[in-house]
This record gives sequence, structure tokens and C-alpha cells, in this order.
Amino acid sequence: MSLEKYKQEVKKILSEYSIKERALLPCLHIAQEKCGYLTEEIISFLAQELGLPKVEVYSVVTFYSMFSLEKQGEYVIRICVSLPCYLKGSGKILEAVKEELNIEAYQTTADKKFTIEPVSCLGLCDKAPAIMVNRDIYGGLTPQQAKNIIKEYKKIK
Amino acid sequence: MAEMINLTIDSYQVQVPKETTVFEAAKKVNINIPHLCYHEALSIYGACRVCVVEVEGRPRLEPSCATAVEEGMKVKTNTTRIRRARRMIVELLLANHPEDCLTCERNQICELRKLAYDLGIRELRFEKGRKYHYEPDLSSPAIIRDPNKCILCSRCIRVCLEIQSVGAIDFVNRGGKTQVLTFFNKGLNNVECTNCGQCILACPTGALREKTAVDEVWKAISNPKKFVIVQTAPAVRSAIGEEFGLPAGSLVTGKMAAALRRLSFDRIFDTQFGADLTIMEEAHELVERIKNKGVLPMITSCSPGWIKYIEHFFPDYLEHLSTCKSPQQMFGPIAKTYYAQKISVKPEDMYVVSIMPCTAKKFEAQLPEMNASGCQDVDAVLTTREAARMIKEAGIDFVNLPDEDFDKPLGISTGAGVIFGATGGVMEAALRTAYEVVTGKTLEEIKFEQVRGMEGLKEAEVNLNGLNLKVAVAHGLSNARILLEQVQKKESPYHFIEVMACPGGCLGGGGQPMPATLEIRKKRAASLYCEDEGKAIRKSHENPAVIALYKEFLGNPLSKKSHHLLHTTYTKRSRY
Amino acid sequence: MKIVLKNIRKEGYLPGINSYMTQGGYEALKRALKTTPEEILSEIKKSKLVGRGGAAFPTGLKWEFTRKSRELPKYVVCNADEGEPGTFKDRFILEKDPHLLIEAMIICGFTIGAKDGFIYIRGEYFKAYDILQKAIDEAGTNNLLGRNILGSDFSFEIHLYRGAGAYVCGEETALLDSLEGKKGQSRVKPPFPTFAGFNNKPTVLNNVETFVNIPEIVLKGGEWFSQIGSPSSPGTKLYCLSGDVKAAGVYELPTDISLQDLIEKHGNGVCGRLKAVLPGGVSSNLLTSSDLNVKMDYSSIQQAGSMLGSAAVIVINDTHCMVNLAGRCIEFFDYESCGKCTPCREGIKRAREILTNIAQGKGELSDLALLKELQEVMFDTSRCGLGQSALNAVSSCLEKFYGEFKEHILKKKCKLGICSMGKDF
Repeated sequence: MSLEKYKQEVKKILSEYSIKERALLPCLHIAQEKCGYLTEEIISFLAQELGLPKVEVYSVVTFYSMFSLEKQGEYVIRICVSLPCYLKGSGKILEAVKEELNIEAYQTTADKKFTIEPVSCLGLCDKAPAIMVNRDIYGGLTPQQAKNIIKEYKKIK
Repeated sequence: MAEMINLTIDSYQVQVPKETTVFEAAKKVNINIPHLCYHEALSIYGACRVCVVEVEGRPRLEPSCATAVEEGMKVKTNTTRIRRARRMIVELLLANHPEDCLTCERNQICELRKLAYDLGIRELRFEKGRKYHYEPDLSSPAIIRDPNKCILCSRCIRVCLEIQSVGAIDFVNRGGKTQVLTFFNKGLNNVECTNCGQCILACPTGALREKTAVDEVWKAISNPKKFVIVQTAPAVRSAIGEEFGLPAGSLVTGKMAAALRRLSFDRIFDTQFGADLTIMEEAHELVERIKNKGVLPMITSCSPGWIKYIEHFFPDYLEHLSTCKSPQQMFGPIAKTYYAQKISVKPEDMYVVSIMPCTAKKFEAQLPEMNASGCQDVDAVLTTREAARMIKEAGIDFVNLPDEDFDKPLGISTGAGVIFGATGGVMEAALRTAYEVVTGKTLEEIKFEQVRGMEGLKEAEVNLNGLNLKVAVAHGLSNARILLEQVQKKESPYHFIEVMACPGGCLGGGGQPMPATLEIRKKRAASLYCEDEGKAIRKSHENPAVIALYKEFLGNPLSKKSHHLLHTTYTKRSRY
Repeated sequence: MKIVLKNIRKEGYLPGINSYMTQGGYEALKRALKTTPEEILSEIKKSKLVGRGGAAFPTGLKWEFTRKSRELPKYVVCNADEGEPGTFKDRFILEKDPHLLIEAMIICGFTIGAKDGFIYIRGEYFKAYDILQKAIDEAGTNNLLGRNILGSDFSFEIHLYRGAGAYVCGEETALLDSLEGKKGQSRVKPPFPTFAGFNNKPTVLNNVETFVNIPEIVLKGGEWFSQIGSPSSPGTKLYCLSGDVKAAGVYELPTDISLQDLIEKHGNGVCGRLKAVLPGGVSSNLLTSSDLNVKMDYSSIQQAGSMLGSAAVIVINDTHCMVNLAGRCIEFFDYESCGKCTPCREGIKRAREILTNIAQGKGELSDLALLKELQEVMFDTSRCGLGQSALNAVSSCLEKFYGEFKEHILKKKCKLGICSMGKDF
């Protein structure tokens, strides 16, 4: 999404809020999803629109794990590493995905296609060990199955 | 009358107004509960958890700073459980803290160090712990931030936002990775930081300090080619004694001059001379603006923290600022032209040091436009604290020094120059002169009580030959913001506004001794007004050295030469 | 006995409004609108329903405080920021029966006199968000939300608000700050949200599971509800069974079910041999095979030395090393601590370090006493539940499996071969 288009969208959202500050998270979500990360430009713009010190918006962005300051891959692979998935072998899933993509946790592949995000419990404990690729859920995985899933995504052009 | 609440603190019955905190109530029975994130001037943060107490009926310890008193409450402030918790919390902070107390700036006044000592912590049980290794922020010419010493109490963040309404720093990241940072870690010099240094005063540890110029000054002093002049701001004399154990508000003008002479400065001059000069220019500028329907309200420009603030936050209103330089920056070029010629020293061989209660003065002095004399007008700026350190380093017995005088002529000043150091002082000094300039009459009652004192916003009306001059005074930038927003909305009723960035004015500046509580600031103000009372001459335009300067060198106020040496322009800066 | 899953467990049930209506959906709302808020409140108080988020505060009282507050406007906020490891019951409801929650929130709004409700939903619950938004739209189209609901004088709107990845926002005051566009960091209590919640106005803040009990209570009466399960905290509870159990899943059962029955009868038993159970997720103390008879209600679990919390029952078999497991628990809190208060921020960091050292064979026996003291001080002084309970699981690992820790320290050995005795967690 272009910055201009984003700015228009933000103004539309803000018109629905009587207290502008309340709209910060929704505005950040859109930028994160549509632009892949939160740039200095976007944060400055939001600070100005919401009447906040820009460092305060920066502070909010860095507090929440779903917002990132670096461009994330087209596919964000969220791997649950909390206890229920750990008990079911999430450690090996994480290793398998890292191996398949040849990057470390929290890194993005050079082609900007994949980012690995170890995350706290995704509420998929009945399907442990579980991962999410963007919005798609995969559960009850073996390391090989996890690799196969990534391979399928690799095929998408 | 407020509703009163009865409670028990340890074995004492206490009665306090409703909404009092347990922390405050404990003071009534002479218990100063150990604390770190609590700060009298700031909002309650309730996060360091050092000030925890036991409240009967509550399952956990409660932070006394954030717990309101309740009828019948039973509080214990000192039990085994509390002592154990406080110790462990401080131990946890120490586990992250560099062990360089011996060489730390705050060696003598670190609140964390004192707390660790007071709480009896004699061993570090988390010593295997990893410490932070963050890069210090060295970007600013005024302030250094060392995140490695930060204990995340948020006092700097709160003072920056709540008192100064700047918001240059905030917490970034979360959990164990939390840090205090500027926007995208750009550094204080590259964001809207005003260099006011209130964060330094608020910081309990050595995480914030001024960028020191002590070694540069020593070097100049020991350079035989340099003629080294020192000027001292008004607020310094009301506070520097605190650095040597004297009670707050001790007026040590004479001792200070004596100490500086012992440091081997070639001339001991007074920024108050510059202040008198400022009044000459500024009062005439005001009269001009009123007469010629210039931009009003006119706003003072002595406080470099304030200047940077308006440049960032209200860049479209810079024409409201008086074009007068601050006293420091008026003094510099006069020393390097007028005085240099008098004593036949080349300006480039002259070295001007100022001792300021202020950190922002360091920023101001290095601005590229501050070279009216042909070279940098003020070469080095020391804070009050740095000057005290030099005096200590030289082994000077400050407390027992005899009183000595400033040198002539740039050490001659009036009572009007003295009160520059307190909020409302510039206004009062300007009124003393403006009244006589406009009316041609002698001002009999020279005290303007309405503009004195620690109220955040003050106003007064003065009749000047039929013109009802409306003036306002603000100190602390959040108060200045209120006046500026009136200007923005075209609702400002004032002709003339004084703004000082720091609470209390310069006497509460970021370069002053610590602590700088409200009580201490009040005492410093009282001592300045006392010096004013004792001065033979109390109006700037009656300063004989200033009169001579105009006669011999400048001509008239607002003359071409004055404009060249004593006036400046401002820079539009952005906030976003 | 099914109350909250009554629809979901029916074959072919879909999350749309038609399905919901067929099962008698919005009948409770219709009934509520015909009675008075006082009558509803009285039934809820009679039901003895307590909050299902973990704190087990009586729901009727919470609603009453908010109703009685004179400040306006008032708000209804639903905590759908499910994030406690091992908890997945809210997602289940949100995705499969969103109208049940919507109906409950409208009834709450009517009862306390609120015009606006917010659902704060976990950021990563993308699917649930879409389903909920669709359901809210459907409710609007059917005059169940909006102005003059079903022809009455009562108007109510529900707004969906996404979290952004912060477990601590599950804490009610942190959630409110987040809902106000700030960082989710806990507030000082009192004042409680019932007096000063969202926008500092009186707010009822309940968990998804708490809300979805309401329609049935309105229809069948508080008396009926109070007879189900344990008398101290009646009704049913959604138990999330996960970990080394054969049939992981969400089970709605009366609160007087025993841990043994939950695992054996409903979870089809343990995979391998039981070593320990966390009855309330990683914030709770471990139970072991000697505790299996405990009833799964708030007070019984507490008496057994643990807490029910959100009822994330995590089963651990004997292939797991408790030193390693303790490290995993603390890793979660290290990642999720908001960082505001010293004991939580610094304490977790040091606890994690100590556990890492032990797992690497670099621990000392004195570390164990230090960990215990740290847990006690963190429990006593942390600002919110996260820090207060962050070391619960760790310290109970220590207490109940002391031998394993000792072995790691003294023999520098992990019998199960899980701790690599050299590598970081």
C-alpha cells in the first residue's frame, strides 16, 4: 500500500474516533499488514495525526510483538514455543523450519518471503505442536511435516 | 475543609486529608519511606516497588506511593518481610548496574548507591548476572545519556513530558529489554530535546549527566597565550554553596568570585552585566513593537531551552520572540570586541568561559550563528556543578573563603540583573526599565510582587502612560505551552511574556546542584531577591558600565552595532 | 450438562445467526428486555457465577458496582485476549458461537446501563476476528445491536478491537490501557474498573467464558445455575486439556469434576506416565499424582496448593526434565513481562539466568534458595498477576522435584538427557 493511500485510510479511521489516541492500535495494524512493517515515516505521521510525541508512538510499536520495525517476509511463520507445544516437540519444529529456510529465529529470508517468529501460545494447544503461516493454522506437526508445509509456500510465486 | 482519614502507621495514629498516600502520611510521623521512582513533582508511577509497606488485610505488600489512605487502615513500614523485599529489589537493580561507583559522576549523590547502603546490602547474590551493554548517547552538546546506568524509574520520561511537555524520550521495547530511548534511537541532539537538563536533576543515578567542559577549560587556563575570562550567571551564586555543604539558599557571590580568582581566570566578570544589557535592548524592543504595531505579545529569549522548544513545537510563531540574545551571548561578543579592544587582546586570543545553572547554554554557545565577534563568542560553558568540581579539584576551601569582588567593568551589575535568575525576574527587570523609558518618570515602587513566586503562570498589568501593559510569566515548558496555545488561537491578551524553560527559572536549571526540590528552589529565589535588595543600583539602565558601553561603543539600544552583536535569528525546527 | 457449549456440541451447528436462532438464540435478550435490570442482576447474583478469567470474582457484584456508579457513560468490555499458555477455550467459543457472546454482552449493557461494548480480541486470532465481525454485523442487521434493540428503548453497540501481541493485556487494567491506544501496562488498583475502567468510566470487564454463561442464567434462573457443580463456585467450567494427554481439547464439565476424571475419562488418559499437572497453566503450581482426587473448582485447587486460573490443564509425562521445563516456563514470562516494575522485569531475568546455569551444570545449591526467595518477593511486590505468579511453576518444580535440580547441580547431569549441560535454553 502506498503511503498516500495509507494516510487516507488513517484519516477515515480517525473520523470514527472521538478520542483520536484510541485509534492508534487499529492504525498500526493496518500499516503492519499492508506495508509489512512500521517505518519512521508512518510512525511520525501517526504521531502527528494523533497529537502524540512521536517517541510515544515508537514506544507503543516496540511494546507489542505483532508490530515490527523491519520489513517482514511475505509469509510470517509463527511457531508456538509455549509449554503445551514444547511438551509436544515445538523445539524440533522450530529447528526444522530454521533449517528449511536457512535463517535464525526472528530473521527474514533474503528474498523477503519468510520470517520466523517464535511466539507465545497461539491458543492451538489441542493441536500441539502448532504453527501459523500468516492466517493459516497447522497443527499436530512432525518436523518433516513442518518442512513440507514451508516447501509448499516456497512454490507460491 | 477536606475530609480527614484516621489510620495507624506502625504504632502511631495519624490523621491526614482524604486522598493522601500512605507514603505522604508516613512523613507525618517522621518516616521517609525508602523509594526510587517516586518524585515530588511528578505523577505517581508505582513501579520501582522499593516503597512497599504492609497493609493489614491485603495479601501482598503495597507500594506506599500509590496507595491511598483509608479509614482505619493499619500500615507497617518496617518489618522483616518488607526489609527482605526492599533489599531484594535493590539487589536486582544492582545486578544490572555497572560497578563503577568510584569513577561515576554521581559518586556522592547517587540515590541508588545511597539506598543500597541504607538498606544494608553488603553482598550481591545475583553477581553472575549479565549486565546491559548499551551504547551511550553522546549526540548532544549538552546532555549525555548512559543507558547502562538507567534503572528505568521513568523520572526522566515523566519530567520531560509532564513538566516540560516535550516528550523526547520514552520506554522502548518491553520486559527485560526495556530501555529509555529517543525516537528510533536518533540521539537527543536529533530529536526535540530542548537540552533543559531537567532529566538530569530527576535522574536518581548517573544515567544522565551534562557533557562536561572541565578539561577544555583547564586547558585554556593553563595556556599562556589565552586570556581567559569567566562570567557567572545570576542563579549560580544562589546555589553553588550547596555543593560545599552550605544550606540551600546561601548567597555566596563573594566567595564564588574569590574561588574563581583562585582558579586563575584572568578576569572574573558577571553575566549580570549581560543581563542589564539584555534589558536595555529588550525593553527598547518592546517599546518599539508597541509603538510601531509590531508582533505582540513579545516573548523573552533568554532561556535556550525555551528557544529550542518554541523552534520545535511552535515554529510558525518565532516572530514573537524578542530578537535579543541571552545575557550569556550578549556578554560573549562584548567581551571579545569592546573589552578586547580596551585591553588590546585579539579576540582569537581571548577565551570566554561561562558558568551557568543550565545545560542548554552549552547548546546555545555552540550554535554557528553565535560568532558576532568573528570567532565563537563563548568558548566553553560549565554548569554550576562543573564549576564546583573544579573548585574542589583545586583544593579550594570554599566555605572559608573571604568575599571578593568581580572585576571591572564587565563585572558591574544591578539588582535587575540579579533577579534574572528567578522566574519573573526578567519581566520585573524589564518593567523597571520600560516604565522609565516610556513615562520618563522615576519608578518609585520597583518591586513587582505579582510576577514573583513559584506559581506556574503569573500575570500582571502595568500602567505605562495610559497604556495598560499586560504581561505574563511562565516557567516550566508545559506552562509556556499554555501561553503559546493562546497565541496560536489569537486569544493572547498579553503584550509581553517571560518564559523560562526550567521550573523556578534559572535557579532550578538543569546544571544546578542536586537535589533541587521545590523548597530548595524557593530558598535560592529568596537569596537572589535578597541580593537585589542589597544592591545600590537596581535598574539596568542605571548600570554605569552599561551606560559607558553605549556611550563608547554601541551608540543607542537597537543601533546597527547592537543589532549586529546583540540580536539573533531563530531556526524553524520540526517536531514530526 | 452443557451451558456454554450447548450449541457448539450439536451436530451441524454453524457460527451464523440462523443457526443460533434455531437453537433459541436471543431468547434470553428478549426476556431481559421485558424485565428490569434489577431483576437480571438479582438472578445473576443468585447464580453465584464467578469470573472465569482466573480471579473468580463474583460476576453479580461486579455488575452491581458498575450499575450503581453514578458516573456516565458506562462500558461493557469483554476480555478475549486469551494468551495463557494452555488456554484455548475462548477461541473455541469465538469461532464457533459468537452470537452467544454478543447476546450476553447486550444483556450486560442493558443491566448496567451501558451503550457501548468492546471486545478486546487477541491479535493473532485472525479467524475469530472475522467470524465475530460478521456476527456483529448480522446482529446489527437484525436489530439486535444498534438503536432501539428489538423495539425497546435500549440501544447498544459492540466494537471489536484487536490486541497486538502482548500477553500482559490479559490483565484487566493492562487491557484497558491497551484499549485506550497505549502500551498494555497494569494500572494501580484501586480504583477498580467497576468505578474507573475504560476512559476512566465505570466498566464491567469480563472474560468470554464468564459472559457466555449469562443467557442461560437469564433463561433458567440463578437458582438453577447455583445448583450445578461445586457449591462454592457453581456452574460448569471449560477445561482446556493439553500436553501429554491422549485427547487434548476443551471440555465443559461441572466444577465438581475431579482432576483424575478429567484426565482419564475425558482426556482418555496420559500419554506415557504422569509426572505432573499444571491445573491453571504456567502461572500455577504443579500438582502430582497424589493430588489427582482434587475437585476442579477454584477453592479446592487452592486448598491443594495451586490455582485454577483459566483452567489450562497441562499434563506432563515422565519424559520431561523439570529443570528444562522450569526454564521453558520462565522463558515465556521473560518474553511477556511488560517491564514496568522492578521485581518482575529484573526478577524474571535473573531467574531465567539461574535456571540456565543449572541446566548447563553451572548451578550452585544456594541458587535454589535464592530462587525461592525471589519467587516470594516477586509474589509479594509485583504490580500485577504476571509478575506475582511468574515463578509459581518454577518454585513448585523446585519443591516437588528437588532431586532433579540437585542432580543437575551436584552431579552436573540431566538424567533424561534433555538439558544439554552446556547449551543455552
